[in-house]
Amino acid sequence: MADASPAAKVLLKVEHVTMRFGGLTAVDDLSFDVQQGNITALIGPNGAGKTTVFNCITGFYKPSVGRITMNHANGRSFLLERLADFEVSRKAKVARTFQNIRLFGGMTALENLLVAQHNHLLRASGFTFGAVLGLVGYGKAEAEAVDLARYWLDHAGLLERADDAAADLPYGAQRRLEIARAMCTNPQLLCLDEPAAGLNPRESDELNRLLLFIRKERGVGILLIEHDMSVVMGISDHIVVLDYGRKIADGTPDEIRSDPSVIAAYLGVEDEEVEEVEHQIDDLAGGTTA
Amino acid sequence: MMQHKAPQTALRRMVTDLVTTAVIALVIFGVMVGLKTDTIPGGLELTPRWLATIEIVAVVVLGRLMLHLIWWRRKPGVGAGTTWVPARVLRGWAHTLVHLGKLARPALLVFALVMPFLPFTDRYLLDLSILVLTYIMLGWGLNIVVGLAGLLDLGYVAFYAVGAYSYALLAAHFGWSFWLCLPLAGILASFWGIILGFPVLRLRGDYLAIVTLAFGEIIRIVLLNWYWFTGGPDGLSGIPRPDFFGIVGFERGPGGFADTFGLEYSSLHRIIFLYFLILALALLTNFVTMRLRRLPIGRAWEALREDEIACRSLGLNTTTVKLSAFATGAMFAGFAGAFFATRQGFISPESFTFTESALVLAIVVLGGMGSQMGVVIAAVALIGGFEVFREFAQYRMLIFGLAMVLIMIWKPRGLISGREPTIFLGARKSISADLVSQGEGH
Amino acid sequence: MAPFAMNGAKSKMQGGLMEYFVQQLVNGVTLGSIYGLIAIGYTLVYGIVGMINFAHGDIFMVGAFVALIVITALGLTASTGLGLSILALILVLVISMVVASVYGWTVERVAYRPLRGSFRLAPLITAIGMSIVLQNFVQISQGARVKPLQPIISGGHTLMRRVDAQGEFAVQISNMQIFIIVITFSLMVAFTLLIAKTPLGRAQRACEQDTKMAALSGINVDHTISLTFVLGAALAAVAGLMFLLYYGVIDFFIGFVAGVKAFTAAVLGGIGSLPGAMLGGMVIGLIETFWSAYFSIEYKDVAAFAMLALVLIFLPQGLLGKPEVEKV
Repeated sequence: MADASPAAKVLLKVEHVTMRFGGLTAVDDLSFDVQQGNITALIGPNGAGKTTVFNCITGFYKPSVGRITMNHANGRSFLLERLADFEVSRKAKVARTFQNIRLFGGMTALENLLVAQHNHLLRASGFTFGAVLGLVGYGKAEAEAVDLARYWLDHAGLLERADDAAADLPYGAQRRLEIARAMCTNPQLLCLDEPAAGLNPRESDELNRLLLFIRKERGVGILLIEHDMSVVMGISDHIVVLDYGRKIADGTPDEIRSDPSVIAAYLGVEDEEVEEVEHQIDDLAGGTTA
Repeated sequence: MMQHKAPQTALRRMVTDLVTTAVIALVIFGVMVGLKTDTIPGGLELTPRWLATIEIVAVVVLGRLMLHLIWWRRKPGVGAGTTWVPARVLRGWAHTLVHLGKLARPALLVFALVMPFLPFTDRYLLDLSILVLTYIMLGWGLNIVVGLAGLLDLGYVAFYAVGAYSYALLAAHFGWSFWLCLPLAGILASFWGIILGFPVLRLRGDYLAIVTLAFGEIIRIVLLNWYWFTGGPDGLSGIPRPDFFGIVGFERGPGGFADTFGLEYSSLHRIIFLYFLILALALLTNFVTMRLRRLPIGRAWEALREDEIACRSLGLNTTTVKLSAFATGAMFAGFAGAFFATRQGFISPESFTFTESALVLAIVVLGGMGSQMGVVIAAVALIGGFEVFREFAQYRMLIFGLAMVLIMIWKPRGLISGREPTIFLGARKSISADLVSQGEGH
Repeated sequence: MAPFAMNGAKSKMQGGLMEYFVQQLVNGVTLGSIYGLIAIGYTLVYGIVGMINFAHGDIFMVGAFVALIVITALGLTASTGLGLSILALILVLVISMVVASVYGWTVERVAYRPLRGSFRLAPLITAIGMSIVLQNFVQISQGARVKPLQPIISGGHTLMRRVDAQGEFAVQISNMQIFIIVITFSLMVAFTLLIAKTPLGRAQRACEQDTKMAALSGINVDHTISLTFVLGAALAAVAGLMFLLYYGVIDFFIGFVAGVKAFTAAVLGGIGSLPGAMLGGMVIGLIETFWSAYFSIEYKDVAAFAMLALVLIFLPQGLLGKPEVEKV
């Protein structure tokens, strides 16, 4: 698996990010990197501030302190904390999904994927005026957009359900559709908030395949929050562990697996018991990563 | 044992319920109907109307009894906790109506085109049709804002007013023709849509509704008090009537419409022309809306209604999406306003009260948000129904309000509530209303 | 809208600037307590069911009409002695509170409860429908014309007096204003205690937090919501009587504008907060009075509506409310 690479390959750099809500510090002086083409997992017990980190990266919250830099493959850089939420996706090419799925439930799967290509299509439609007055050839752009949508529907295994309302799809399919929709924005970094939550083992498998495909074929960096250790250990290249808003560990899955502070944080156990728990986790995780 | 006792308990419960109903009705109507205040020199006097009160209370109790005997027959928990109108009745209607709507669309259009020339058509029917069409157009315009974008606008009438006053003032001060002023009225109204829309768009559903209501009222009060410009409560009169596309007017005598086209003069010509004018404007609204729904902007509106946060995560600038919906809706209200001004020849702030906004909103919601056909049905039913009760002029607003409440309880999603997808790979499947969001503000 | 008669005539303005100001302050507080009472109804209902009870302004109007009818039936006039008048007015108050409560209860039962948990727009439309029904019901049953009422409590006290070359300037507070302010504040205190100390108040706050959990912990949610409407309506009826006594004229349309202003007050104070509603009412009452006194009486409603827009845009959580963090 990819180890720490030269700085030039850093896709997302989070530096000293702190987020306060009133008196509560949800994220405290957090720094970590996401490498290009890597899958980085952000884990930690409930309430560790993972989703808050996501919201800071994707522009929904403005961090109280700190800097978040996004470096594109072509050398352009963006300071995410200075962009409005919609610009994070539009300009910095960071796409995200949500813990509680946020699809356009009353629209079909296909329509969901077309909305994701809105900015491109809007330009192609001559900002609506051109298309209403019949001045521009909007049809071709839409056909291309439908092709891209079809491509992602296919890879998400949803081609048959393209014309069904998103809210009508089974839970696992909704998760994959949300990822497909995020991919239609053509991102360089994909942020997934608990993509495997509530999935059965078969659906988890399908999800893993989709994520590995996205990394391999599209070279997109992935940052994910996940509780399901079989997903985390199975696909991530790099893991960042949070507890009470602080980073307590950072490394490869193997390093994390044997880090006593992680185990302690996760299980809330006394130091003496750590060793015992370590064995249990080894047994558990060993089966899935082998 | 239990089964043996059941009917008696049910009966007792029903009687208790009826007595309670009677007491409540007595309190509600006893003071308000039972004692009428009349102004006399030096104060007020009371006229008792006990008989009327007892009649009303009797009607209410009888109505409740009927509900017991007919609606709630099979339900065990009579009275408490049940709705007043059962939803199960005529549940299949929405489905049937959608199908009927598809067949009826071309038929309705043909009917609308030949209607003025049918033998039974008279002045009254034409006037009524023009009125209905105006509301259909307003409904379609508001449908963009409320039905597609999910933004609750309670001040829509403000843009109608801007359109009407724009035409009236431009025609009065510059002598510009209707055909020049019509697009200007639309542009000015959408301009106001953007101005008023800009500060309020980050508000959530209910708050947005109440602020748009406030803006609507502000515009009306300004029109009412800005005497030298708008004529204040006296309004503006002598607004020019439209001519036949700038070619000829509709006046009697040489050079008029009838004379030029070799027809016998009839005052109906102008009315028929107005009818076709508003029909064309309404159809334009419909056509543009249908077209916009299939364009990125329309999909962005619907996506906004479904989930604003998801929209932002996908790079949609929700402010411009909302403003475009506001501006587009306002533009059609502006067109309709200019038409209203030229048809009436006189406008005053009285035509642009909150009731108008509520009426148009009711048409959109009762018809089924986002449904173009629903707007037509609701407009015909409400405005037509309004006319049916013309003889009971006093009571018709009361009946109108009651109808709004009852229809909403009967069908909270409106008469036609499904959604048609805008694009499909395999087959077009209607989307059930239960899956479609109404726009929660975010 | 009924013609608004302001005590503290404008002609006094040239001389006693200070006196004029204090006079407006007195008038503003009186008006503000009326708005505050209506605002409590909005704030309670919005807090518990999350809807704008559009018909609430019209319940206020119904309360004013009931008060007018009962006053006329009792034959109260200015010649009735002060003590007797006040006793009679308290009787009037009780009757109109009871009747308005029944109206409030019925409106909730008929128009809102069947739609609870339904789509958000549906209850808003039924609320607008109910508002139209109430207005037109009163218009039909009591007539469309403005109803005048002769002053019942007369007399007053002079707070400040100044005599100079231009004449005499006095700041007066009428017995009527004292009556309004005293009743309002005692009811305000009573209701705050009711919400803070009684099981009903507890149930209400529980429903406000989480209706489902409240139901699971054995609170009768239907009952609590009904009672909330009843309380709101009763306070609106008090405001109705005060309005009637203060302005001396009412018609079937007073509910709309007063309702919007009171809603503004509720939002300004922070929706869901009882003291906030009262404070918001005061602020709106003062703004309206001072605007009429110093700028233009025609545009006083514009001032109130503009205030509403400004508050919602810049201070959506209100003065005493808690800021809301957007949940992603």
